[in-house]
Parts: sequence; C-alpha cells; structure tokens
Amino acid sequence: MISPLVYDVAHLLAGGMVLVSFMLLYQDRMHGLLNVFALHAVILALSVSWEAYIQDAPHLFITAAIALIVKAIIIPLALHRIVRRLNIHRSVETVVGIGPTMLAGMGLVALSMALMLRVTSAADALARQDLAFALSVVLLGLLMMVSRRNAVSQVVGLMSIENGLILAATGAKGMPLVVEISVAFSVLVAFIVIGIFLFRIRERFDTVDMQALDRFRGESQ
Amino acid sequence: MTFSGFVSGFDALGAVLLIPLASIFILALLPGYRVTALLNVLASLLTLLAAISLLFVRPEVGSLLFVDDLNVVFIVLNTLVGFTTSLFSASYIAHELETGRLTPTYLRFYHAMYQAMMFGMNLALLANNIGLLWVAVELATLTTVMMVGIYRTHEALEAAWKYFILGSVGIALALFGTILVYVASQPVIGEGLDAMTWTILIEHAAQFDAALLNVAFVFLLLGYGTKVGLAPVHAWLPDAHAEGPTPISAVLSGLLLNVALYAVLRFKMLMTANEAALAPGPLMVTMGLTSLIFASFMLYRRRDIKRLFAYSSIEHMGIITFAFGMGGPLANFAGLLHMTMHSLTKSAIFFAVGNIAQAKGTQKIADIRGLTESHPVLGWGLLVGVVAIAGLPPLGIFMSEFLVVTSTFARQPLLAILLVLGLLVALGALLWRVTGIAFGTPVGRMEPVHGSHLPMFAHLVLVLGAGLYLPPPLVAWFQHVANLLG
Repeated sequence: MISPLVYDVAHLLAGGMVLVSFMLLYQDRMHGLLNVFALHAVILALSVSWEAYIQDAPHLFITAAIALIVKAIIIPLALHRIVRRLNIHRSVETVVGIGPTMLAGMGLVALSMALMLRVTSAADALARQDLAFALSVVLLGLLMMVSRRNAVSQVVGLMSIENGLILAATGAKGMPLVVEISVAFSVLVAFIVIGIFLFRIRERFDTVDMQALDRFRGESQ
Repeated sequence: MTFSGFVSGFDALGAVLLIPLASIFILALLPGYRVTALLNVLASLLTLLAAISLLFVRPEVGSLLFVDDLNVVFIVLNTLVGFTTSLFSASYIAHELETGRLTPTYLRFYHAMYQAMMFGMNLALLANNIGLLWVAVELATLTTVMMVGIYRTHEALEAAWKYFILGSVGIALALFGTILVYVASQPVIGEGLDAMTWTILIEHAAQFDAALLNVAFVFLLLGYGTKVGLAPVHAWLPDAHAEGPTPISAVLSGLLLNVALYAVLRFKMLMTANEAALAPGPLMVTMGLTSLIFASFMLYRRRDIKRLFAYSSIEHMGIITFAFGMGGPLANFAGLLHMTMHSLTKSAIFFAVGNIAQAKGTQKIADIRGLTESHPVLGWGLLVGVVAIAGLPPLGIFMSEFLVVTSTFARQPLLAILLVLGLLVALGALLWRVTGIAFGTPVGRMEPVHGSHLPMFAHLVLVLGAGLYLPPPLVAWFQHVANLLG
C-alpha cells in the first residue's frame, strides 16, 4: 500500500506542473515565459526523480537528468539568446485575451479530471493522478499553442506538452522505453530550436509571427 | 545456390533496417552528388531485395521487431516505391543543382536524409513494440520536415514549420494514447517490455480495461490520423507536398501516409480483439468519409499542380481509411488493394509533375497547357496517371474503388451514396484540371525534360496490369491479410 507521504509528494509535484502550465498561459513577456517554462521543467525533473525513488527505478533518474539539464537549462538559455538576437522580447502576441484563455484552461482541466479519473478506476492511485494531471498539462499546452501567434511561444507550448507526456509515462508504473522516448522527444525539440536559429526565421520573414508566415502562402516569388 | 538458400545466410530483417542506417552515414560523408545519387539508388535496391526476401523467409518474432503477414505487404510496397523514387530522384535532382535551387552540400544532406527517412519508415513497419513504433514515426516525421524545408524559400520554411508543429502535436497525442494502452495492459500482462509488445498485447487484448482502451484509441486515431492526413487535422499536408522537392512529395504521398495508417490499423486490431471496447470502425468511417468529401470539393479551387495532387492524396487516404473502417474481408481487401494502387499511381503522378515543374519552370496550373503537344511522353504519361487516380477503368484504382463501393452498398447503402458522391466530385475536378494541362495550345517555357520517365511508366504499367489481371497468388495473399484485419 502506498504511504500517504509518498502519495502527497507525488500529488504536490504533479499538481505543481498544472499550476505552472496556467502560469505559462498568462505570461506576456518573452523572457518571463521562458523563465516559467524553466520552472515547469524543474518541477518535472523533481516529479520524475520522486517517481524513480518510490518505484525503485533508477533508470528514471536519467529522464529526470535530461529534463533538468536539457529542458530547464540548455533550451531556455538558447531561446533567451534567440529572443535577444531577434529582438522580439517586447511582448507575447495572443490571439485570444488572457481572461478567456484562463477560463478555457480551467474547463480543460475539469474535462481531463472527469475523463481520466473515470476511465482509470482500475489503475493504482499514483498512476491515476499522474495521468489526470498529465492530460491537463497536455491540453493546457495545446491551448497555449493555439492561443499564441509567435513561433517561440508555440515551441514553448509544444515543450510543455512534452513535459506532460513524460509525467504520464513515468507515472505509468514500470513502463519500458521511457528513457528512450524522452531522449527521442528531446532530440525533436532540440532540432526545432536549432531550426529556428539556423534558418533565422527573423531574417527571412522579419518576424516570427505565424500570421506573417501564413501570408506568404500562395504568393509567387 | 538457390534464392532462399542465399537469403537464409543473412538476416533479411536486419538488412532492411541496417542498409538504410549505414547509408545515412556513408552518404553524409561522401562528396560528389553523382556518386551519392547512385549509391542512394543502390542502397534502396538492396533494401528492396532484402524486403522481398522477407516474403520467403520469415524471421522469428522478436520482442522489438517482427514480420507478419500484414506488415510484409507494407514493407514490400514501401521499399519498392522507395527504390523507384530514388531512381527518379537521381535523374531529377541534378537539374535542381544546375538551376541553383540546391547547393552540393544540401544535396549531400538530401541523400543522407532520404535514407534516414526510409530507415524511419521501415523501422515503424517492422516494430513489434508500440513505443518503438512511436519513436520510428517520430523519426520519419523529423526527417521529412527537414526535407520539406530544404529549398529554404519563404514558402518552404512556412510549410516545414506548419508540418512540424502539426506533426508534433499529432505524435504527442499518439504518445499519450500509447501510454494509455500500456496502462491498460500492465495489470494483465505485468510490468516491463512485454506489456508494450504488440504480439503479446493482441493475445491478451480481450482482458484489457475497455474504457481505457477507448480513450487510448481516440488519442491514437487523432494522433496518427494527423500523419495520415485525415480531414480535420490535414492542414500540413498540401503545403508540405507543394513546397518540398518533388521526389519527397512522391514519398510522402506514396509511403509516409501509409506508414501512419499502418499504425492506426495495428491499434484497430487491438480494439477489435476486445469485445467490450468501442467499435473502432465507425470512427474511422466518419473520418475517412469526411476527408473524401472535403478534399474532393477542395480539388476545384487549387491553382498549384502539386497542391492539386496533395488534396487528391487526402481524398484517397479518406477512401482507404473508410474501407478499413467498414471492415470485413471484402472491404479490407479493397482497402489494401486501393492503398497499393494509390501509392503506385500517386508517386507516378508526382514523378510526372516533377518533370513538368522543371520543364515549365512553374507549378501554377494556369501556366501549364498543351503538354501532350509540347512534351508528348510526359503529357500522355500524366494523363494516364490522372485517369488512373480518378478511378476510371481499366486501371487498378477503378477496381479497388469499385470493390469499396459495392461492399459498402451491400451493408450501408446510405454511406455508399455519400462515397460515390465524393468519388464523382473528385473525378470531375481531376478531369477538368488535367484536360487544361494536357491539351490546348502550349504556353510559357518549353525546356526539355531532365528527369527519367522510366519510374513513372514502370508504376503505370503495374497499375494497368493490376486493373486488367490480378495474379491469383496476390489475390490469395491480400485475402489472407484482409481476414487478419478483421
């Protein structure tokens, strides 16, 4: 049987990720957004380490280390640099206002709780709460991607989705290939960060605003 | 030495994966595009031979990789079109260098990525582990994203970005579905690798928690469905097809969409094996039919020739998903046949379109006229391809579409009417467009064709042959696979 302390700490950390996902939604400055994302990754690393400890699964510490080093340090630093280089730190362009976005976010969290707690009645308590929180993080990440125009904040949204998935994968007790999957996902994200940098979207489009990219479609050169 | 004696000497399954994997590094390091283009063809040919040998020698089921009657169809088709496309690409890509659209460095990267893409797709098809399947699909996505953006124009970068964002969201959803399948299987099978091994999952699927499987399948269908290009989540597909190099458009339409569909089919089989779970058929039928009807109307408004055929791919993936969603031996048989015919025909069309775009210097439909007069071989080849893809007799697609329609009429007449409506609307659009392209007075630039016509005609001959006469062993094989799909 799981002791209350073990459960409470896991619950606190996973719940913390949902909370930070909400914080991501209302950031209106680029650098602030990246700092909050780094916090998101730190909490993920803590949560994964806790899972590694209580499941007695040392390989999960690798996943935690990847989360901490790559997602909490390297990628935010690289993105800070890109934001400075491209001079886009002024503000985050939103499609929908902050208020409606937050309301929609609450709706999504309620939805994922209602759905996941109902269908996972057979699974153990830890996996249940992890899956429910993870789906909330994934849906909030999707919400962030559709409510932001800027390419960098879309990448941040995508990475927060990825964090949610890692949370779900580590919560599912004894799931194989978690480390491999987290590595594969980090490669994906690394590629796109390098992509933004190398292709210098700014130089080509003068903006990283996705609406501007849309305007090029169908135009002849 | 007999053929089977030869192949039993080495592991054919390993070869299908190792040849592309080794080629990535060789092609990335070798300078000179003539050599690398040739080596790319050679590697693709060897992979094809190894894949064909899997038909005769079936390796043992491993915990990570396996070959069964279902995936062997996909793997042979995949390596065959991979080989013919590499042939086309070798003759096509040199001209891109001459016109300055690519530099030698990018060309080296292109060939390495081509093999990386083949590796990703072959790995996805051979994976016996649903986690490995996911990683392989992700790899294939990443490599194609880079291929789509290789020209580095505004449009190409925008297309690559859109494809990357939508594709990533898709595979993220698919991963969540994969995790849920593990959560469902873990109480029954126990922790560890077995609980993600497909062959073990299918044996125990009946005991899984049905509610959890239902939610998992919705995520998997939406996730992998994004990569299939099904209607609500198809937005990346036309851009990616239009802006990348044409050989990549051929591979995207002919192969990558199939690989994603294969993943959906595997999970559909799991769902069918669990009686308490939601029937996956109606979901697939709805998505398929929506894609078909939506894409067939969208065909009328296309001004770019590659976008036109990209929408036609959405339409055909809709038909195939519809057929597999209907299920049953006949509809599954029709779906398999249609998938094969579509891969061959659509890649042939893209070979023609690539040559047209190079000869005319444009992809705008309005600027391409009178091809049968200015470039007779190319013009008539394209015409035959479009007649085939529109589903006119006597070509192969007519037969598979006919089977889909008749099997649907017998069971769900109302759905069959919608299906026929979509097919006719698409037929009208394609024939209307192709008459403008093929006939009339030629306009614009008229340079000679640089790319080879051979791969296009090889595909068209196969499609015509299948329309006239399907060899009994092939029919028996497909029937067997159709029964497996349930």
